[in-house]
Amino acid sequence: MAQATNTIDPAEVAKFEAMAAEWWDPTGKFKPLHLMNPVRLDYITQQIAAQFGRDLKAPQPFKGLRLLDIGCGGGLLSEPMARLGAEVVGADAAPRNIPVAQLHAEQSGLEIDYRNCAAEDIAATDERFDVVLAMEIIEHVADTQGFTDTCAELLKPGGLMVMSTLNRNPKSFMAAIVGAEWVMRWLPKGTHEWSKFITPDELYALIRNAGLDAVDRKGMVFNPLTFGWKLCERDLSVNYAVAAVKR
Amino acid sequence: MKHDSDVIVAGGGLNGPALALALAQAGLSVTVVDATPARQRAADEFDGRAYALAVASQKLLAAIGVWPALATDAQPMMDVKAADGRPGEGAAPFFLHFDARELDQPPVGYMLEDRFLYRAFLEAMQGEPRITLIHDTSVTAQEEAPGGIVVTLSDGRKLAAQLLVGADGRRSGVAERAGISREGWDYGQTALVAAIAHEKPHEGVAYQYFMTSGPLAILPLKGNRSSIVWSETRERAAAIAALDDADFLEVLRPRFGDFLGEISLAGPRFSYPLNLTLARAYAAPRVALIGDAAHGVHPIAGQGLNLGLRDVGALAQVLVEAMRRGEDIGALDILERYQSWRRFDSTSLALGMDAVNKLFSNDNPVLRAGRDLGMGLVNAIPGLRQNFMRQAAGLSGDVPRLLQGRAL
Repeated sequence: MAQATNTIDPAEVAKFEAMAAEWWDPTGKFKPLHLMNPVRLDYITQQIAAQFGRDLKAPQPFKGLRLLDIGCGGGLLSEPMARLGAEVVGADAAPRNIPVAQLHAEQSGLEIDYRNCAAEDIAATDERFDVVLAMEIIEHVADTQGFTDTCAELLKPGGLMVMSTLNRNPKSFMAAIVGAEWVMRWLPKGTHEWSKFITPDELYALIRNAGLDAVDRKGMVFNPLTFGWKLCERDLSVNYAVAAVKR
Repeated sequence: MKHDSDVIVAGGGLNGPALALALAQAGLSVTVVDATPARQRAADEFDGRAYALAVASQKLLAAIGVWPALATDAQPMMDVKAADGRPGEGAAPFFLHFDARELDQPPVGYMLEDRFLYRAFLEAMQGEPRITLIHDTSVTAQEEAPGGIVVTLSDGRKLAAQLLVGADGRRSGVAERAGISREGWDYGQTALVAAIAHEKPHEGVAYQYFMTSGPLAILPLKGNRSSIVWSETRERAAAIAALDDADFLEVLRPRFGDFLGEISLAGPRFSYPLNLTLARAYAAPRVALIGDAAHGVHPIAGQGLNLGLRDVGALAQVLVEAMRRGEDIGALDILERYQSWRRFDSTSLALGMDAVNKLFSNDNPVLRAGRDLGMGLVNAIPGLRQNFMRQAAGLSGDVPRLLQGRAL
């Protein structure tokens, strides 16, 4: 919340300002996320609109929806969701991301409830959500089934989970490890462990076991000529997203 | 940061209001800051200025709802004839001929007087609750701040928004204050603009004569009137502009020809020095440029307004798509989508028109023969001619939705 920044030491604020600027610099360290963000947002907004019958052309179409952004980082997804009217909780286990995200939201005139905690901490309370986002997270967790179960637990009945990750095959090794980390240097080496990538079939199994019904899946495909991403019905070979509903 | 409106548009000419309407209709709040007093803007008298609207521009005006108020005052252009000519010699043997019947949709474009176009914009803006119109005021300072931009007006007020759009013309203060430098060329030419009344009907045909000193365009207005855009070297233009009306017509007659019968003046005369000015960037953090602020082009064939409306179509689409994703519409990566969409198109057109003008404003006999042959070839190959026409009508390439007549 906005007040939270006031309790922080001024020297720390300067550091967080620099970090916020870094998170939100489209040409900086987080450039790959900025490039990918429009297509992630397209997928998320379309799925939310379909599940809750919202018109994306209307002002603040997500008004009345409670949304949890797991692994919110600097707020690259939390802010757009808040702008679209959702009541947003952003959770991140990394303590330094929280004041950075808070500061930027305040600068943007947005109210977002950022919390330094793990998804499991919120699941332990009785707080539940209409939408849970877990974008590019599951390939970094140790217990994928446990994590998916937590996401499901955080949903109200009829709630929507949107998850994205990387497929595990030779092509994704070339694109995400060799391409993004070694050649383009977009990501620090070691950001991803290819062996932790998840195939769509494996993810569908995790989702089913967690008591969710998968309702959609699409590929997110990078075009190296236009440097842009687009959603694709069939090509789930590298990046892809799924949407699932709690029974 | 608390915003007074989502977008501030500096400049109340034509592109600014068009953008404001497109954005407001999609749900964004817009403040238009117009340096001109309201009364002067709504003048009813014909002041001699008119625009040749491309089909795509007309579609944009229809998509933002102002076309119904304009349709009866617009003169459809059914045909465009271009020729290489020298005064007293008539047109060259090969006549570049555009005919609306070759496009799958008639007409090729519309001629519209400035007074009708601006009035339609003004009325539409006054009827749009999301638009705040401030007259007789200009933007004097702008400062980017985290989460927005703060603009200072000439009356001392400060307004905050997510984005400031510079639609403030070829000497754009918005661009200058954003540190965007400009590149420019002077043609050493001046365009003489006037409305001409003539005896015979023009049948909706526009003519463009490329002459040694510069082009003469005769564009059909409603009734037995046409608008002329006559370019001459700066010295000659100054001399012609200094003539009284009767002498002016004496000099014009041999160039205009007698195919429309006796001619007379139907309004005041204007002269505009011709130069080209291109902004080095169309976007900066929380700033975007449209129209002449981005690219002031040579006004051959009325491409200035048409180019500006293409900026409007592209920027409105980029901003509205960003808004519907929840993105920050003033962020540089969003504005760069607009820049990369538009810059190539307008720069190539600006340089293309520059090249066309230089080629035709030349009396070298070899070039002249080459021009005749080249135009003959364009005429002889229907596919090529149609492509040329579609380009001129703004119908090819990656066309913004509004310019296809579709809603955002």
